[in-house]
Amino acid sequence: MSDITATPPPMKLRKKRGRILGNSGLILAGTVLGLITLMAIFAPFIAPYDPYLQTLDDRLIPPAFIDAEMADPRYLLGTDNLGRDYLSRLIYGARISLLIGLLTMLVSGVIGTVLGVAAGYFGGRVDTVVSFLITTRLSLPVVMVALAVVAVAGGSLQVVVLVLGLLLWDRFAVVMRSATMQLRNLEYVAAAQAVGCSTPRILVGEILPNLIPALVVVASYEMAQAILLEAALSFLGLGVQPPLPSWGLMVAEAKEVMLFDPWVILLPGLAICVLVLAINMLGDGIRDVTAPEGRS
Amino acid sequence: MLRFTLRRLLLALVVGVAVSAIAFMLLRISGDLAISLAGEDASPADVERIREQYGLNRPIIVQYAEWLWRAVRGDLGRSLFYPESVANLIMSRLPVTLSLAGAGLVIALLISLPLGIIAALKRNTWVDRGALGVAVIGQAMPNFWFGLLMIFFFGLTLGWLPISGSDTWLHFVMPAITLGWFSAPVLMRLTRGGMVEVMTSDYIRTARAKGLPARVVVLKHALRNAIIPVVALCSVQFGNMLSGSVIIETVFALQGIGYLAWEAISRRDFPVVQGILLLVALFYVALTLLADILNAWLDPRIRRG
Repeated sequence: MSDITATPPPMKLRKKRGRILGNSGLILAGTVLGLITLMAIFAPFIAPYDPYLQTLDDRLIPPAFIDAEMADPRYLLGTDNLGRDYLSRLIYGARISLLIGLLTMLVSGVIGTVLGVAAGYFGGRVDTVVSFLITTRLSLPVVMVALAVVAVAGGSLQVVVLVLGLLLWDRFAVVMRSATMQLRNLEYVAAAQAVGCSTPRILVGEILPNLIPALVVVASYEMAQAILLEAALSFLGLGVQPPLPSWGLMVAEAKEVMLFDPWVILLPGLAICVLVLAINMLGDGIRDVTAPEGRS
Repeated sequence: MLRFTLRRLLLALVVGVAVSAIAFMLLRISGDLAISLAGEDASPADVERIREQYGLNRPIIVQYAEWLWRAVRGDLGRSLFYPESVANLIMSRLPVTLSLAGAGLVIALLISLPLGIIAALKRNTWVDRGALGVAVIGQAMPNFWFGLLMIFFFGLTLGWLPISGSDTWLHFVMPAITLGWFSAPVLMRLTRGGMVEVMTSDYIRTARAKGLPARVVVLKHALRNAIIPVVALCSVQFGNMLSGSVIIETVFALQGIGYLAWEAISRRDFPVVQGILLLVALFYVALTLLADILNAWLDPRIRRG
């Protein structure tokens, strides 16, 4: 973990640009993520059909690359068992995954960063309390707790985001805590204290800007986690509810017909895979670019 | 060492009480259990009757204290669905989950140790990058999807393995591989990191200089030190596997506590849900305690830290 908490020394802009361009994984991941995001934002203009429109005469039509004879040129990626256009549902599904991933990451990021920075900067009692909170949180089984809460509170987007946000802050807190600890002993923080800067000003003006590289790396990881968890909750029937085209829910719906039409299960799973991979690679790439010594 | 152990024990105890409170309160805070139990279209009188019957009308602190006092003595209440006590229900399902997690851990180690060691020895070559690539791609797959793909290939298409149930050891093969596959990357990274650090140390150079064969240097001298944090992490991973079992067991209809938890949650069988949450959380607390003490015992530097 030390590699992502290390504070990068100032780097000349040109050198940084060279590193970004030289990191092919980062470029690829950024491009893929950008495309998925554009697809999600402009879904109504890109999707060929309404994702909720059921055409019961056109059920389970395979895409051309699975079965060229049975395929229908009107449905590029086929249809599901209710005759809904699969491509349109996959495109709209990106909205749910990205929205939940992003919002969960923001909620958990704020909680974790506030707790971690407070623990790292003030130390002593504050640190003891925060460490206790982190240990307690880690002891709770995430999936079971999330399932139980969604079962009682209802499976809306807001509930899923809130539950996951309240559960996934631990890594933010752990990383921010140790990064802040390293920073607070540096000379420029002591200098700021010496010239009489107020504590909030030191935290916001001196500490926070230097935490951003580590923060971005953790944020990308947690966003990927949130997307995977949302898919799992929806798959188990206690996340986003039908008929919303959540990718996890689509896998659950495809389960019933997987014996004869395995491709129905393949596509939404692949979509989750590509999105999560892109986000993780982006995080790894940013870590490599910002950490001066690179991957050891 | 004694001071460290006692301090760590105290923390575990406080955390244990905290998770018991969360396991109990969670369902109460999320919504009105009485309405949830009675159903959407129950009359207010029915809801009131249920509230009375389950003691939901008393102050929550009183309810919690009573529940905790009973739980300490092994009484977790009765299931609302099965004609059995929660404790018996959990105990009858626990062996399945423990075997699954144990087998999962073995598979995780079988994948991660060789890959981690080879990646460290061939550092910065295509072997290293390949192993890392497998880890990165492996972590990006949703585990339930990975399980379903296995069911499709090995169960439905090839017919080699049973796809649901928990009657024979064959039923555990696919779930254990799924569980192990997702725990392997973190163990592999730790093994690789530890091996890289150890292989560049002075005593390994000495061992090499005196002409020991590479196999002995790697397996006997280097691995022994590099594996300490891996062993400790294994106990934490075991705890994670217990909580991750809810997804895997549901996919494969394996009758362990994860499947029981999912059933109980779907049926609003809250005494069972609370019991399982408490048990899994306490397991995790105990396992991290074990890991910390193990680490401190094997590596004296930690005790003072």
